[in-house]
Amino acid sequence: MTQRLRHKTALVTGAASGIGRQSAIRMAEEGALVCITDIDDEGLAGTLALLAGRGFSLHHDVTDEEAWRAVIAVALERFGKLQILVNCAGIGVRNDNIAALEEEGWDRLMAVNLHGTFMGCQQAIACMKQAGGGSLINISSVLGIRGSADALSYCASKGAVRLLTKSIAVHCGRRGYNIRCNAICPGYIATPLGLSVRESLGDEEFQRLVEKHVVGRMGVADDVAGMVVYLASDESSFVTGTEMVVDGGYTAG
Amino acid sequence: MASNQTFGTDGAAGRCDGKRALVTGAASGIGAATARLLAGEGARVMLADVDEAGAARVAGAIGETASSTFLDVCRADSWSAAVASTVARLGGWDVLVNCAGILRRGTIETTTLATWHEVLDVNLRGTWLGAREAVRHMQGTGGVIVNLSSVSGIVGDQDLCAYDASKGGVRLLTKAIADHATRHGLGIRCNSVHPGVIETPMVANYIAESDDPVAERALWDAYTPPGVTGHPDDVGHLIVFLVSDESRLVDGAELVIDGGGTVE
Repeated sequence: MTQRLRHKTALVTGAASGIGRQSAIRMAEEGALVCITDIDDEGLAGTLALLAGRGFSLHHDVTDEEAWRAVIAVALERFGKLQILVNCAGIGVRNDNIAALEEEGWDRLMAVNLHGTFMGCQQAIACMKQAGGGSLINISSVLGIRGSADALSYCASKGAVRLLTKSIAVHCGRRGYNIRCNAICPGYIATPLGLSVRESLGDEEFQRLVEKHVVGRMGVADDVAGMVVYLASDESSFVTGTEMVVDGGYTAG
Repeated sequence: MASNQTFGTDGAAGRCDGKRALVTGAASGIGAATARLLAGEGARVMLADVDEAGAARVAGAIGETASSTFLDVCRADSWSAAVASTVARLGGWDVLVNCAGILRRGTIETTTLATWHEVLDVNLRGTWLGAREAVRHMQGTGGVIVNLSSVSGIVGDQDLCAYDASKGGVRLLTKAIADHATRHGLGIRCNSVHPGVIETPMVANYIAESDDPVAERALWDAYTPPGVTGHPDDVGHLIVFLVSDESRLVDGAELVIDGGGTVE
C-alpha cells in the first residue's frame, strides 16, 4: 500500500457508516491518523475496528457548536495538529417535498447538513492555520447540482454547502493560508442513507433514479472515498473551490 | 421557432394582465421595482415587507392596483396572514416573487453563528416558507414562483460566506420545487434569478457600513464591466418576463443578470 497521507492527521464526521466510514478506512490505509466521530456510537466502534489502530473515535453531534470545540481540542491533544477535515455527517428527512415538509424536518436537516458543515470548517481553519495548511472536504451531492422533487431541503442544503465551499476556498486562498476547500458531489451511493431512498420512494421510482446514472448502477462508498483521499493528499495541491462530481454520469446526461 | 400559435403580448394588452402577484421585500430595491413593473404590465400586486410603511409608500405611488402588507418571511404565521390578505385584496393568488433578502459581511472566520443563522433564515428559509405557501395555494390552478438568488449562488466571495451559502441554497431549492411541480403536473413554474451588482439600498448600506467605503465601492465596481451599472429595473424587467406567459417554457432555470460579470 502506498502512503499518500503519511504524517497527516484527519477528522472525519459521520464516520459510523457509509462514505464517512469508508473515507476513514481509506485515509488510515494511506498513512493518516484519523479521528472519527458520529452520534452512532455502535457504528463508530465498528469503523474503529477497521482502522488498524490508526485513530480513535469520539461521540459528536455536529449541530452543537460546543461539541465541535471539544472534539477539535481532543484531536489536537492526541495528534498535535489537524490538517484534514472531512464533513460527511448528513441526513435526509421524510416527506421532503415542497408541499409536505414541515419546519421541524427542514430545521433538523439544515442543522446537520449545512450548519454543522459551517461550524466544522470555521473551527478547523483555526487549527490548520497553525499547522501551516490543510484540506477541508465537504460532502455535497449531485442534488447540490440537480433538483429532485423528493429531496427539497436536501437539495437546498447541498446547494448551500457547494457555495459555502467556494466562499471558504476564496478566503483561504487569498489570505495565503495554504488551506484548500473542496466539495464532493456524489451520485446515489449504496450507503444506509442512499438505500433509505428506496424505502421512501418505492422500488419503481428508485430504479428510475438508479438508471439516471449512465453507468447503470448506484455508487459504492469506496468510489467517493477515493476522491476524499485525493483531495486530502498533496496530489490535489492546485485544486480548491471545486465540486468534484463522483456520480456515475448522473449529471452528464 | 415556426408556430401558428400565438401567446403573450398582443399590442395594447399588458403582458401580465390578470395576474395577481405577491412580491416580498417590496419596500425597496429589486422588490419595489418588480412590483411597479408588474403593475405596469397589468398585474395586481401585493407589496410585502417587514418595513410595512415602506411597502405602503411604494404601493401608494403605484396606484390602485397595488396593496401592501406586513410580512416577516422568517415566520410561517406571518406568511399565512400575508397570503390571506393577498387573496382577499387581489381576489386570488397566481404569482410569488421572493425578493426579501439581507446581506451581511463576514468570511468563514469572522461570521458568527448568530449572523450565519440570521442570513440563512431570511434568504433561504424565508424563501422556502413562501414557496411552500405558494405551492399549497396554487396547486389546483397553476402559477409562477420567482426566487431571487444571486451570482453569489454561482461563484464564491470571501466576504459573503453566509450570503453565498444562502443563495446557493435558493438555487437548488428552486430546482427541487420545479421538479415537484412538473412531476405532479401542477402548472406551477419556478425559476431563480441571479443578479450581479445592482444599485439597491441593500448594496449601498453594505458599502456605507464597511470600514473603508471607497475601497469597498471599488471592489463592487470591479465586478461589473466598465460603463455598466445594474439598476433594479434591469432585474424587474427579467422578472416580468418570468411572470408572463412569454416564459411558459422556462422552468427550473437559473437566469444570470450581471452585465457579464461571471463570464470570465
